[in-house]
Amino acid sequence: MSKRENIRVPVSQQPFTVTKPEDTTTIGGTVTVQINEKKFSVPLGTTILEACRQNQIHIPTLCHHPDLCIAGVCRICVVDVEGMKTLQTACSFPITTPIKIHTSTPMVRKARRHIIDLLLSEHYGECYSCFRNGSCELQSLAKEYGVDEYTFGHADKPRYQVDRSSAAVVRDMSKCILCKRCVRTCIDLQEVGVLEAINRGHETYIGTFLDKPLADVICINCGQCINRCPTAALRANDPSDEIWEAIDNPKKHVIIQTAPSPRAAIGEEFGIEAGHSFTGELNTALKRIGFDKVFDTNFTADLTIIEEGTELLYRLKKIIVDKDESVKLPQFTSCSPGWIKFIEHFYPEYLGYLSTAKSPQQMFGAIMKTFYAKQAGINPADIVTVALMPCAAKKFECNRPEMNSSGYKDVDYGLTTREMAKMIREAGIYLPEMPKANFDEPFGDASGAGLIFGATGGVMEAALRTVYELVTGREVPFKNLAIEPCRGFEGVKQASVKLENCVDQYKFLEGVELKFVVAHGTANAKKVMEMLRKGELSNVHFVEIMACPGGCLGGGGQPIPTNAEIRKKRAQAIYAEEESLTVRKSHENPHIKYIYENFLTDGPCGKLSHKLLHTHYLKRGKFIS
Amino acid sequence: MLELEKNSLSEEIENLVKQFGSERQALLQILQAVQRKHKHVSDFAQQEIARLLNIHPVEVYSVISFYSFLCSEPKGRNIVRLCRTISCDMAGKDKVVTAVKRELGITFGETTNDGRVTLEFTNCLGMCDQGPVMLVNEKVFTHLNPEAAVNILNEVK
Amino acid sequence: MEIKLENKKRSGPVLFSEYKRGDGIRKAVELGRENILFELKNSGLKGRGGAGFPTSTKWMLSAAANADKKFIVCNADEGEPGTFKDRVLLLEYPELVFDGMVIAGFTIGAQTGIVYLRGEYEYMLQPLEDYLAKVREDNLLGKNILGKENFDFDISIRLGSGAYVCGEETALIESLEGCRGEPRNRPPYPVNTGYLGYPTVVNNVETLASVSHIVLKGGEWFKKYGTDKSTGSKLFSVSGDCEKPGVYELPWGTKIKELLEIVGAKNTKAVQAGGASGTCIPKTQFDRMLGYEDAATGGSIIIFNESRNMLKVLKNFMEFFIEESCGQCTPCRIGNIKLMDGIEKIESGEFTFSYINNLKELGRTMQVASKCGLGQSSPNSFISILENFKEEILNTNWKGKENV
Ligand SMILES: Cc1cc2nc3c(=O)[nH]c(=O)nc-3n(C[C@H](O)[C@H](O)[C@H](O)COP(=O)(O)O)c2cc1C
Ligand code: SF4
Ligand code: SF4
Ligand code: SF4
Ligand code: SF4
Ligand code: FES
Ligand code: FES
Repeated sequence: MSKRENIRVPVSQQPFTVTKPEDTTTIGGTVTVQINEKKFSVPLGTTILEACRQNQIHIPTLCHHPDLCIAGVCRICVVDVEGMKTLQTACSFPITTPIKIHTSTPMVRKARRHIIDLLLSEHYGECYSCFRNGSCELQSLAKEYGVDEYTFGHADKPRYQVDRSSAAVVRDMSKCILCKRCVRTCIDLQEVGVLEAINRGHETYIGTFLDKPLADVICINCGQCINRCPTAALRANDPSDEIWEAIDNPKKHVIIQTAPSPRAAIGEEFGIEAGHSFTGELNTALKRIGFDKVFDTNFTADLTIIEEGTELLYRLKKIIVDKDESVKLPQFTSCSPGWIKFIEHFYPEYLGYLSTAKSPQQMFGAIMKTFYAKQAGINPADIVTVALMPCAAKKFECNRPEMNSSGYKDVDYGLTTREMAKMIREAGIYLPEMPKANFDEPFGDASGAGLIFGATGGVMEAALRTVYELVTGREVPFKNLAIEPCRGFEGVKQASVKLENCVDQYKFLEGVELKFVVAHGTANAKKVMEMLRKGELSNVHFVEIMACPGGCLGGGGQPIPTNAEIRKKRAQAIYAEEESLTVRKSHENPHIKYIYENFLTDGPCGKLSHKLLHTHYLKRGKFIS
Repeated sequence: MLELEKNSLSEEIENLVKQFGSERQALLQILQAVQRKHKHVSDFAQQEIARLLNIHPVEVYSVISFYSFLCSEPKGRNIVRLCRTISCDMAGKDKVVTAVKRELGITFGETTNDGRVTLEFTNCLGMCDQGPVMLVNEKVFTHLNPEAAVNILNEVK
Repeated sequence: MEIKLENKKRSGPVLFSEYKRGDGIRKAVELGRENILFELKNSGLKGRGGAGFPTSTKWMLSAAANADKKFIVCNADEGEPGTFKDRVLLLEYPELVFDGMVIAGFTIGAQTGIVYLRGEYEYMLQPLEDYLAKVREDNLLGKNILGKENFDFDISIRLGSGAYVCGEETALIESLEGCRGEPRNRPPYPVNTGYLGYPTVVNNVETLASVSHIVLKGGEWFKKYGTDKSTGSKLFSVSGDCEKPGVYELPWGTKIKELLEIVGAKNTKAVQAGGASGTCIPKTQFDRMLGYEDAATGGSIIIFNESRNMLKVLKNFMEFFIEESCGQCTPCRIGNIKLMDGIEKIESGEFTFSYINNLKELGRTMQVASKCGLGQSSPNSFISILENFKEEILNTNWKGKENV
């Protein structure tokens, strides 16, 4: 039987593993089960839920989530297993013997209906005034079971106050059904540890340390909990009303930048299967909504690559040539604001390893309210910049007080994919039917390198394409520019490329094995940081970290549901779109060349770019007073 | 909290960790020890324990909130727990309740102004044949009647 | 408080019969594992903690499990209202309990025993520790017990912190691991995946005490008492309306009315067998016998005489469950609240019969769909009291009759 590795996950909630068949009727690691009079053969240890799903038998679930360990607390998935006195939960029951299962007996149906009735009796809120209307799992269960009255009553007043303290996450515990998905997300999946069940019995609620407002605890705003909440108990802090107001104000020049991941996922909000990009359609929709300019965040992603790549080369030079021991390597990427807050809380002593480059979102804001404003002849005070992001943490990032290098708040609003879809629907637009359009100039063209930022490993891949070419004068030695070691969803990836026949300027790098590490999800980030602490990264040069599982495409602002399969499809959509582009290296983006020639004239990491495109970090630590 | 108090509390918790181990399974024992001595587990203590056991502070808080004998807010110097369950109820617990409330001038769930006594209800104490029963800290008193209960409470310091 | 060694003041056929410290262990070593398991199986001993699972099966499963560590846990969380026999065993017959643990360790190949003592019994902690120290001196605990090579076993005592649900064996294990006492999903069962993921046997105090006698005197001897399906004798904790409340050892199969006779109960209206989780048995059924096959109980017998108000009794039980539910699963967390609502509606005279029937249906769902025994048994008293005392409860106008 399995031994627990991670002490925080109770054994009963860990994936079940079976070492040897326990019964002679089980041959070759499979077992025959009978579900509703039909026989199926499944691998030993398959849960009843998996067995049913594999065979197209529907079992309702609430607390179950494919990304998380098993909880078995909502009890909605109960089925009848012959020979057992009580009903069993399909999500938690591993099949190890040839059992007989009935998924729809009168007792099972009654129990499920009762459970829904009980949950509804405590649930405060009406679906028509709720952002999850139409995508709520509780609501769809009520529909599935034909609930047409509140058998056991219905909450007429909220039990808890709504916590709106956080820039990113709003918590409304009166809508919570205590499925604990958020707890398992925050503690097990992300290893941040903000949310836990507090009190016991009927008094239980999901709370923070000492019931502090979310803004005052170590929440990194990743929004992963929102993505896994089956109801509206957790939602993102939605700025769309303010954005509408700005759009409707003729004095305001409202600019939206769109990041790559929302484009690859927003179709899901309109009922399209995952894995289709809607970049062109989205551009049209945004123009019709009334945004004055629609720009591509990938442009500043390219800028980020130049700045971050140059910074890396500086660090290498300082270490190798100048023997400067105060310089820190490996250099960590800094474009994921969830990751930034994570390292600020958990590893404040390692902030020196972070690249000082801002994230593409913030670089964009700074350029808009300076360079663009000047070129377009608009008073920066009248510019409103909106960022369409897959991310909840971006809402926090744009509100960081230091993010005002343009003299104004660089980015006014961070908007998630879900909120964008809502605005599009509100405007009466059905996105998939929009004609395609290009981005607006001058920041409309970007390279494919910026596009793949959306997937884990993408920043690394983009950076390598540029750095390798700068140093050696040749393209990276990978077929079709696809640096395979950077791709895929393994938690922590490591690889290297050798730098040979370097150009004169970078002769000091001749023969260096450029080593890099890629990790996604803060649980994996923690692993990498522990490696760093133990000195195991001493020969690594560059580390990419994204706070969300799968990278931005699995961000906390993305359509619900998000799971492994959907993440994979979104990644495919992104990589496919990028292959179709002609410019696929950041340094070849003509607008990048233009901006260094005409605005950031002292070059990458120069004085002006330091002012506008770089930032500093805060030693937050974990202690809460 | 004063820096000095913090340091001594840290040291105390470090010693407890040495005694019970730095694994998660030591958590309850450590919390019990802190609770016994300080009558509550303070914010600072919770975070120190979390740090030394390498778990999240919210997990410590969550565990404390689960168990009725642990608390994160200070309580009285003496905690009095009167059994409210059926056998004691039938044996006349209500009369004891009234007498005790009147005598101390507080109701159950409250602490006297001088911080001497906190009154609480609890469930069956395993002395049902000798009810009504109450625990004063960890000591058990049986066969209570209103007068006896009040006398016992007046004794505690 | 001090625990005196060999201080016998009670009498009974099995548990309170003659036993000298270490005798069971000596016999166990003589018999060997196989024979111990045989005697246990032959004795038909079932768990005394309430669930009534055959002890021999539990031990065999964990003996067969392959692991480098195993644990024996003695469940001394005795929290069921009306139960106090484990307290008596621990204070007056600790040798039975601890010998039983050593025998269990010897049989399944465990070297560590843990007693999970409820927080309310903290006053027993020191005496029990002192007792264990004495036993260690006698080499009935520790390394090479009784001089037998590699027979190592030691016992530590861990305290609970005031949560009834921690008596449920998987919640107990969670609690031992420093977590909230929330019951786990089963399977996997503790015999395979228990404390820290290792095979773990959780047994009630009385079960372990019985084992010491069985190993010493044989399964056949044990079987002489009791019935076919409920062998041996049982400790009953009797409280409520009677002259002589206390702990009684009686063979299984004793009729309720016989028990009432013994304890001097008069004018009895009803008996609650099995504590708050058990069922309420009205006068008309006092012919029923105590045993797993009829009126099952973990030992709690609460007696109500004619003057008691059964609705108030029921309310007291429901309050208990609401306070003690761990709250993780839906049927129990919210279901108990709804049952309580129903009771309050009856009290205020605002109930409808169809709503009460809805609640009984809900109770049946709770019995089959809750995650652990607490939620599965909390509706028992609701259903049985409302069925058996329908006249008294539903046909009375309660308004203004708060404390009849
Ligand atoms: C809510 C709940 C409380 C329980 N409390 C106790 C208890 O206090 N003592 C006990 O021995 N068993 C208790 N049990 C039963 C245990 O889960 C378990 O069945 C028992 O410890 C097994 O030991 P046995 O086989 O020796 O009876 C409880 C069960 C439930 C569901
Ligand atoms: S959370 Fe779901 S069930 Fe609740 S009000 Fe919103 S849509 Fe309706
Ligand atoms: S946003 Fe992320 S860190 Fe914050 S509570 Fe949710 S999962 Fe935890
Ligand atoms: S907040 Fe959402 S995810 Fe968390 S327990 Fe409540 S319903 Fe579940
Ligand atoms: S039945 Fe009650 S005590 Fe048991 S797991 Fe569910 S909520 Fe917890
Ligand atoms: S989905 Fe199985 S118990 Fe919640
Ligand atoms: S009912 Fe009060 S001690 Fe058991």
